[in-house]
Amino acid sequence: MRPRTFGNRVGRLEDPALLTGKGRFVDDIRFPSLAHAAFVRSPQGHAAILSIDTKAALAVPGVLGVFTAADFAPHLRIDRLIVGLPSPSYRQDVNRPVLAKDEVVHVGEPLAIVVADSRYIAEDAAALVDVEYELLTPVADARTALEKSSATVHRNAPHNLLAEFDVAYGDIAAAFANAPHVFREMLWQHRGGGHSIECRGAVARYDPVEDRLTLWSSTQTPHMAMRLLSDMLGWDENRVRVVTPDVGGGFGPKLIFYPEDVAVPLAAILLGRPVKWIEDRREHFVASTQERDQFWDIAIAVDESARILGIRGTLIHEHGAYTARGVNLPYESAQTVTLAYEVPAYHLNVKLALTNKVPVTPVRGAGQPQGAFAMERLLDRVARELKLDRAEVRSRNLIAGERMPYTKPLKSRGGMPVVLDSGDYPKCQRMVLDAIGWAGFKPRQSAARAKGRYLGVGLANFVKGTGRGPFEPVTLRIGPSGKIQIYSGAAAMGQSTKTMLAQIVADQLGGTMDNIHVTAGDTAGIAMGFGGFNSRQAVMAGSSAHLAAVKLRDKVLTIAARLLDMAVDSLEIDGAMIQVKAQPKTAISLGNVARAVAGIPGLALPAGISPGLEATESYVRDEMAFANGAAAVELEVDPETGAVDIRKFVIAHDCGRIINPMIVDGQILGGVAHGIGNALYEWMGFDAECQPITATLADYLLVGSTETPRIDLLHMESPSPLNPLGVKGVGECGVMPVAPAIMSAIEDALSPFGVRIARTPVTPAEIVAAVQTARREEKRLALAL
Amino acid sequence: MGEKRNIAVTINGKKYQEEVEVRYTLADFMRQQLGLTGTHLGCEHGVCGACTILFDGLSARSCLMLAVQADGHEILTVEGIAPSPDKMHPLQEAFRDNHGLQCGFCTPGMLTTLIEFLRDNPDPTEQEVRIAISGNLCRCTGYQGIVAAALDAAQRLKAVKEAP
Repeated sequence: MRPRTFGNRVGRLEDPALLTGKGRFVDDIRFPSLAHAAFVRSPQGHAAILSIDTKAALAVPGVLGVFTAADFAPHLRIDRLIVGLPSPSYRQDVNRPVLAKDEVVHVGEPLAIVVADSRYIAEDAAALVDVEYELLTPVADARTALEKSSATVHRNAPHNLLAEFDVAYGDIAAAFANAPHVFREMLWQHRGGGHSIECRGAVARYDPVEDRLTLWSSTQTPHMAMRLLSDMLGWDENRVRVVTPDVGGGFGPKLIFYPEDVAVPLAAILLGRPVKWIEDRREHFVASTQERDQFWDIAIAVDESARILGIRGTLIHEHGAYTARGVNLPYESAQTVTLAYEVPAYHLNVKLALTNKVPVTPVRGAGQPQGAFAMERLLDRVARELKLDRAEVRSRNLIAGERMPYTKPLKSRGGMPVVLDSGDYPKCQRMVLDAIGWAGFKPRQSAARAKGRYLGVGLANFVKGTGRGPFEPVTLRIGPSGKIQIYSGAAAMGQSTKTMLAQIVADQLGGTMDNIHVTAGDTAGIAMGFGGFNSRQAVMAGSSAHLAAVKLRDKVLTIAARLLDMAVDSLEIDGAMIQVKAQPKTAISLGNVARAVAGIPGLALPAGISPGLEATESYVRDEMAFANGAAAVELEVDPETGAVDIRKFVIAHDCGRIINPMIVDGQILGGVAHGIGNALYEWMGFDAECQPITATLADYLLVGSTETPRIDLLHMESPSPLNPLGVKGVGECGVMPVAPAIMSAIEDALSPFGVRIARTPVTPAEIVAAVQTARREEKRLALAL
Repeated sequence: MGEKRNIAVTINGKKYQEEVEVRYTLADFMRQQLGLTGTHLGCEHGVCGACTILFDGLSARSCLMLAVQADGHEILTVEGIAPSPDKMHPLQEAFRDNHGLQCGFCTPGMLTTLIEFLRDNPDPTEQEVRIAISGNLCRCTGYQGIVAAALDAAQRLKAVKEAP
């Protein structure tokens, strides 16, 4: 018997090519007549465009073309990227143009594309495009943007409110009116970019032989890109193909459809040459979407025993200058706040404010980590005020395992009920508390303090919606070669999607991945699809792959049984052979089974058998599978330098049934590292004129190997009852509890100074300042006495 | 266009005689002119480390060097690490077995950096490995799989050396 591929630590299909330099990333795609593009981008946060002069650029030897909005206009049926997810909450539409025509609203907005024989020449010429601007007032702060007196982000817009909605249930007024304790927190959550190590990129080629345009794009969502590109060009879908090559990390920004995804193909069509554009890191800082600031004003009402009565408040969410995805990000933040806990009443008013900055869209976690942060900060506050242990406050309010499935009185963005499907949240918390030594920490802390060292512990829980529906189709096909082909719109960007699909299919069809080839993220392979976001592909594409594999397995066995004249249940599939269980010498290959149903002109197919070995399945599910977990951290803070040294980090998580433990571990570990960046390092700065001030990786700090501690992983497996595999998503889970756990631990470490943390990230300078303020106040108190 | 010069450079044991524009970076020269696309560019300002190559045996950022500087020198890139087309280097095998890569974009720079490091420090501690790769950014793995792979590779390389 072969070991099962499902559930085991099997090696990845992706690795051999990636380890030997044979990966095929978008910048590795080359054609003999390939031309190279560079974009002219706005250096201003907000300005009117008075004129664009391309003459000098066009005169540079090697330049093939320079295109502005006016040049593109006759070739676009739709000249804006209309991508906002539907919602009744919008107060205005601000869709991105392909190229700015008469106004630029953020630094980095593209105005022209220059195409040349080399990227070097294209950049030379881009610098020669002469743009005359009239400066307009930029809007930098999401809070003042909403004031009546504020300048507007778009000069002809009525105001800067992009959308407004409430997420609410229960009798919130009564909950607060009768509460013995109410505590209010003002939180500022700042967040930077996705910063995959590979930036974005696009290669486009119009092939007159096929009469087809192909776009190779470093995108997480190839089918959406194909649809939008066809719509905007006014071309039939069958004349546009989008392919996701190897992608060097996504983390959110690559799920967005961008102006460059239209400009590059259109330039290729107009020039009759394939065109490549590769985003450089400086562009990534100003042209790839980011997550931005959230300002929370939120209060919690609790009874005498710290049981939650209600939570209410407001959230101002910065949207950036355009709608590049919609209201989903702050909606998820608002929805996530109460998920893990029994909260009888809740009301959060959410306003999305436009600013003259890079558009805001999801980064790993998509607003959910921010919701968890708000909740966990409130619970720490309750513990401090009521002089209770932080873990105890959480234990009293966590939803108990025996209450699953637990219906939250919330509705998802699509109006579906929110049902926590499975899991044991208190148990996950206990696991991390035991592992970190929570109960025995106080004496160690005291001993360290006696030596002038400041240790602290912190913890946080999370529940994360995963597996966003409605579906992700998978097609399986076995041809005369006997090879199993898997096609899916699921896009691979490092999270082992091809291996995941192959494991699931091999589990039904022969038990080996050697016989499988996966085409993920190619619109020519499968008609429909969504792609990678919201920790969804294992749940949605994985389930579809399973259903298709079961169906194909049944068909293969039925045909083989006829051909071998044996009973179906006496057969098994082993590798590329279908054999009789007890006597493997009686066998037929998958390839020959495929030939048997490929048909012969004029001859009948075997009775009752449909043509071909192919199955397409779409597992359809609107409800999300809710993963959960908890983290605990022990760290040391140096009050003189503000340095935070993470000494131990434990995370327990439950993503349902595990398809591949090695890959799940990797997803969690990467998520935790991203969370550490959010908590302590990643700061995307803009000045008052909306100029980015951290636009290199030397200024904007990604965590390195020396900033990332060894992380201890603990697993629980509560299978989700929602899908045939029992799986839940995992890609974003690691991020969720990190910032609140770290802030909790920093406050604990610095409790002698009474330092409070109400923001992410918190930098060493801010920690030092907080300690100094606390010391000054202490001195002032002493003087007053 | 720009001024050109002839250079002779040995990459992965193969000699190249090429005319190159003087302003071309070494990375662009290798990727665009020679088609050696295994070396990746993540930031083009020397921070991320993805483009790291071995230049006469020493790690260097190929995005911060000009191609003409490589005239007369020897370079190792990720394409040259495996001993043969069907056999991986023990470091590559250790990366595969310890999930030392996810998207694989930073991997070429990690591998070249660690080839140099393990050559100079065949029996490292975990902390030494972390310091060795502290100039290489990875957004996927949280580094744990990479560190484990490097320590595992050290053992594998020792075993190869000690084998009779």
